[in-house]
Parts: sequence; structure tokens; C-alpha cells
Amino acid sequence: MAESRFVYVTYIRTTPEKLWRALIEPEFTRQFWMGTTQESEWKPGASWRIAKPNGDSTDSGEVVEIEPHKRLVLTWKNHMFPDMTAEGFSRMTYELEPKGDTVKLTVTHEIDRSGSKLIKAVSNGWPMILASLKSLLETGESLEGTQRWPEGL
Amino acid sequence: MATVSADVDKVFKALAAPERRLLLDRLRADNGQTLGQLCERMDMTRQAVTRHLRLLEEATLVGTLWRGREKLHYLNPMPIHEIAERWIGKFERGRLRALAELKTKLEGDTDG
Repeated sequence: MAESRFVYVTYIRTTPEKLWRALIEPEFTRQFWMGTTQESEWKPGASWRIAKPNGDSTDSGEVVEIEPHKRLVLTWKNHMFPDMTAEGFSRMTYELEPKGDTVKLTVTHEIDRSGSKLIKAVSNGWPMILASLKSLLETGESLEGTQRWPEGL
Repeated sequence: MATVSADVDKVFKALAAPERRLLLDRLRADNGQTLGQLCERMDMTRQAVTRHLRLLEEATLVGTLWRGREKLHYLNPMPIHEIAERWIGKFERGRLRALAELKTKLEGDTDG
């Protein structure tokens, strides 16, 4: 395969509107995404980044497609690890589909190269982040271990 | 605590069949395969593989993606992650991993 791709699917008991806000708004992301926030004007072509509590970027890119409450496509480059930065831009897609009293969230993260270190690394991170997001929306509490930025990183 | 949806029954039922665990192993080895690729080297009819994949998809153990006219199948780690969070999240992962590695070494089997 000339590409690396992972797909994550989770059903969350919420509405597309709430899930959308939780994915991009700082007061939500801080709670389930290690204390980080995302900054963007959220329109096609706008730049986008994830900021650590100290303001440094962990990842950044551009908004490729945006359809509020339905679909968001971002280019995504990591800035924390030089060998992942060297891989260049990956592509991340959120798809939200209402299903009964839940929303099916599909996260696709892919890059046009085989054996990507970035895609492998995020495959450890996404399940943790998404499980915490689900917990936050369904119970009001995110999961321990995702609530603040790890010391020393 | 992690929330586990009522659909957790579907996950355990889906995992209860050796054919479906084999399909998950095939995806673990090579993620993103078509139905045709998954049918190769399988001792099952195409219809049987289709049925098993549908159950895996309903249990969200498999996520699918259309690329042009091809439907690709991916191992979705979310349900098993939620199960692990619920029942083993409180244990020290490092020690569990060390025990699993010790077992693998002693038994000389990389697939458990």
C-alpha cells in the first residue's frame, strides 16, 4: 500500500451540533484533549493549529473542507517529533452522521506514504482522546489521563 | 470511568466467533482491505465473509470507507479500547504488558 490510514468509529449519545462544538471549541477540547485548544477561523483555506497550554503548537495545517455539524477535513503536520514533521502533511477527516439518539463519528487519519510514523503514533492517541470525548458528552466528565498536558512533554 | 454503550453485547457476540477474529487478525496485519482481498486464502464462501463483516461492522469492530468504487475495511480499535478502559484501566499497564511479554517469550508464540 502506498498510503497509511487508520479509521476510528464511535457512536456518541449526543447531537451533531454539540459534538461539533466539542471537537473544536477550547472549553471542550481542554477537557478531553490533554488541556490543548485548537485555533482557526474555521473556513476553507484558513490555518489551523493545536496549542499546548503554554501556547506552543503540537500540530498544524489548513482547513480543506468544512461543513458545520457534518464534515471537517484538515491537513495536519506534527511539530513535536522531528521524524514525524519530516513526513509532511497528513489528512484528517471528521464525519458526523446522526443515527437514532446517537451520532456516528468517523475519524480518518491518512498520509500518502507507507509505514508512516505519524499515523502509527496517532493510532495510540485517537482511541484515548475519542473515548474521553464520548465520556465527556455522555456523562459530563472526561477521562482521567486526558484532562491535562503531561508534565515534561 | 469509561462509558460503554449497551451495544457492548454486540461486541462480545461478534468476538465470540473464530472466523470473525480471524478477519480482525487479517485486518490487523494489513488494514484497509476490500471484500475480495479478505476472501483470498479464506476457507469460507464470499457470502459467509460478507455476513461476518456485516456483524463486525454493526459491532463497530470494523469501520468502512469508500474509495472510488472500493469499500475498504479497517480494524476499529474503539470498542476494545472502551472495554479495556472499563475493566483494566485501573491496573498498571506497564506491568500487564510485562506479563504479556513474559508469557509470549515462555510460550514462544507471537500471536498469543
